[in-house]
Order: sequence, then C-alpha cells, then structure tokens
Amino acid sequence: MRNVFLFIRKYANFLFFLLLQITALGFLIRYNKFHEAAFMNVAGEFTGSINQRFSRVEYYFRLTKINEQLAAENLRLNQMLKENFERADGNEKAVLDTVQTDSMREIRKYTWLGAKVVGSTVNTQVNFITIHRGLREDVRPNMGVVSPQGIVGTVVNVSENYASVMTLLHRQYKVVVKLKNGGERGTVEWDGVSPLFVTLKDIPKSAKLQKGDSVVTSSTSSLFPGNLMVGTIAEITDDKSSNFYTLKVKPATNFFNIEFVYVIANSQFLEQKRLEDSTRKKFQ
Amino acid sequence: MSELLKNTFRFVLFIFVQVFILFKMPPLHRFITPYLYYLYILWLPFSMSRAALMGLAFIFGLTLDYFMHTPGLHAAACVLIAYLRPFVVNMLISQEGADKNYLSPSVTSMGWAPYFTYVFVLTLFHHGYLVFLEWMSFGSFLYFLGKVIATTGISMLLILLTELLFFRKEKFRTNTV
Repeated sequence: MRNVFLFIRKYANFLFFLLLQITALGFLIRYNKFHEAAFMNVAGEFTGSINQRFSRVEYYFRLTKINEQLAAENLRLNQMLKENFERADGNEKAVLDTVQTDSMREIRKYTWLGAKVVGSTVNTQVNFITIHRGLREDVRPNMGVVSPQGIVGTVVNVSENYASVMTLLHRQYKVVVKLKNGGERGTVEWDGVSPLFVTLKDIPKSAKLQKGDSVVTSSTSSLFPGNLMVGTIAEITDDKSSNFYTLKVKPATNFFNIEFVYVIANSQFLEQKRLEDSTRKKFQ
Repeated sequence: MSELLKNTFRFVLFIFVQVFILFKMPPLHRFITPYLYYLYILWLPFSMSRAALMGLAFIFGLTLDYFMHTPGLHAAACVLIAYLRPFVVNMLISQEGADKNYLSPSVTSMGWAPYFTYVFVLTLFHHGYLVFLEWMSFGSFLYFLGKVIATTGISMLLILLTELLFFRKEKFRTNTV
C-alpha cells in the first residue's frame, strides 16, 4: 500500500497530465459521436451571449447586404402569388384548391421560425453558427436551418436561449439533395478544401446535367421541405472508374455574411425516424 | 499590476483575439489556421507548479473549445504543451538561475535564440497534436503534414509580431533565490 502511495506521489504530475488528457479526449470523442458534451448547455448560453454582443457591431456594417438579400427573397415570393396568374379564357370554371385553408393545422408538416445569427466561423474544418433561438422557442436538435438564399445546416445543440447549427461547411455534415431538372438524388458533403464549394456525390451518370444547374433539397431528407435552393453545379468531374458523378457545387448561401436564418421544424420528424430505425433493426 | 490580475486580463484578451479576430479572418487556404492563443501558456510565470500550469491550460483550452464547438480539442493540446513546458525551459535556459531572477519566459529573460527555440518546439507540439486529433476523425497524412507545417509558420510569424509589438520588459530581481 505504501508503495502505491509513493508511486502516486512520485508520478503525480504525469498522472494528473494523463487524467486531464483522458478528460479532454473523452469530451472530444463523445462530442464527435453524439454532438453533446459535458456543460455544453451552460457554456452555450455563456458563449452565445458574448457572441451576441460582438455580432451587434458586425451587424451594423452588413445592413446593406442584408437588405439586398431580403428584397431578393421578397421578390421571389411575390412572383409566386396566385394573383399574378390569370387566364384570359373566361369559360374556365373555378375549382377549389386542394390546399385546405381551414384545417391547415392538421396537414401542416413544416413550421418556420425566424432567427438571428450571433456567431459563425468559416475557416476551420468544423464550422458552426450560433443562433439566438433556443429551448424557449421550441428549437430542438435535428431541425433544418435555411437562409434567405439557400440551406445552411442542421441544429445539433440547444441551450435555453441559443442553438448551435452544424453548417454545410462541416466535415461530418451530410444532406440528401436532388437535381432540380432530372430529380436524381445525391448526397452533399464538404471535403474541407475551400469554403466556397461543397461536393455532391452519388449522382448516376445517366443524369443529364451541365454547369450552372440548380441543386435543391429533396423531401426525403426529412429535415427540409423539398425544392429549397442548395446551390449550383460549378464543376463536373467525370470519373471513368465509377458509375457516379462527383460534382463541385457552389452553395447558394453566402456563409461569410450570413445574418438571418429560418429554423424549420418538422412535426413528423420523430415519427419518421422511429419508423425508419425500427425497419432497419428488423432486417439487420 | 499584480501578476494574478495581469494573467486574468491576458486570459480574456487572448481568447477574444483568437475567437473574434483570428477565426473571423477570411480563410486563405485549408492548411492555414492562424493560432495565437496558446502564447498565453508560454507567457505564464516560471514559478507556477506543473500541476497548476496544466490545470490552467485545461481551463484555458476548454474556454476556447466552447466557443469553437470542439469540446476537448484545444484543451488536450494546451495540457500537452503545459506538461512539456518545464522540460523545454530547463533545457534552454542559458544563464544560471534565470528562471529565478526573472518572472516569466521572454526575450529578455532567455535571449532571442533560446526563447524562439522554446516557442518553436512548443508550437510544433501544440499544432502536431491538434492536427493529429483532427486527422483521427477525418483527413489524410498529406493534410496532417501540410497543415502542421503551414500553421506552424503562420503561428511563428504571429508570435514574432506580438513579441515585437508588445515587448515585455522583465525586471531583474535579485535576492530571490
């Protein structure tokens, strides 16, 4: 017993070093796997409030850009109003729209929620943004986040008033998308090389595509409603050894000056996930 | 200013500069991440015990980690350099008892060449370990090698600039041994 104490005393520093290393690596591994870490909620609240103070300064200098973005979005939405479309043919009968306005609540799947970005990074390999919405506003992990221009990422961590969003520019981020023209589905991920481009994989060679084609969200991703802008094809690499294209996609969202985003809650997300998980379990 | 107050002030300042200035800069290349924050650990006084150094380094690294959403990553690297610091200092200190006569490692207390060797060795260890941990979750060997070399270069440049801009005059203290 005495020897044990002597050993501990002799190597106290080294043991303390090992203890701290194991604690730190434990935090890291746990976070990489489940995106939850010890004290993350408390720390998120603290870092969020500091980030917010700093973002107020930045916000002021970006007002012009934000105005332009919002005006462009308004224009896009105004173009879709039903008042813009009128037939010259008076013989046509008015038919009730299939959208049930009265019972909207029952068939509504996605709910949108505006949020302000208070902190963001773009120059690491694991980029997150912090938004000023949290548990109090019913933001939960696994909600999609989009900007006025295109998709941004997914909520991974929530504190009382703030939430962290894993962006497209994160090495572990993956989202199912489709080509707007053909509808072929593929997966978007980031290779970590340049924050200006992401990679689109698993598009079959049978797809007809060219530079500048739009890539939009697929409703199979269950995080986003379908047909939201993701980006445009910037480069097509024809890999002869594979049946699939590897495409370079320019994200529609400008991650450098992102200020306002929408959080999208899918009310049937858990149900769908539970079903898919149980199916997977059955056939394993 | 008392030593405690000074170091508390530096703690906040280094985190602030790293998070809100260096990490906000537009990225130049994927291999280049400007790191300066760990200079805080290199500037801590000689008189601190190794356990205290490691404890403080852990808290310091974890603070940055919570801002960057990478809990444990920077903390692990900071604890490593805090553990290695006394070895490197003992190896490089040139004058007899300089670590007793001066307060903390600096150009005045150690001399230009030994001080920058000290900074270089610990920078290499810090970045090596940090990028190694990143490499474990993604990336390749080329990524590891390229990033360690490029980031060390940038960090050395930043530290040199910091040392020239904020030259720390160290008072020679006699009869302290």
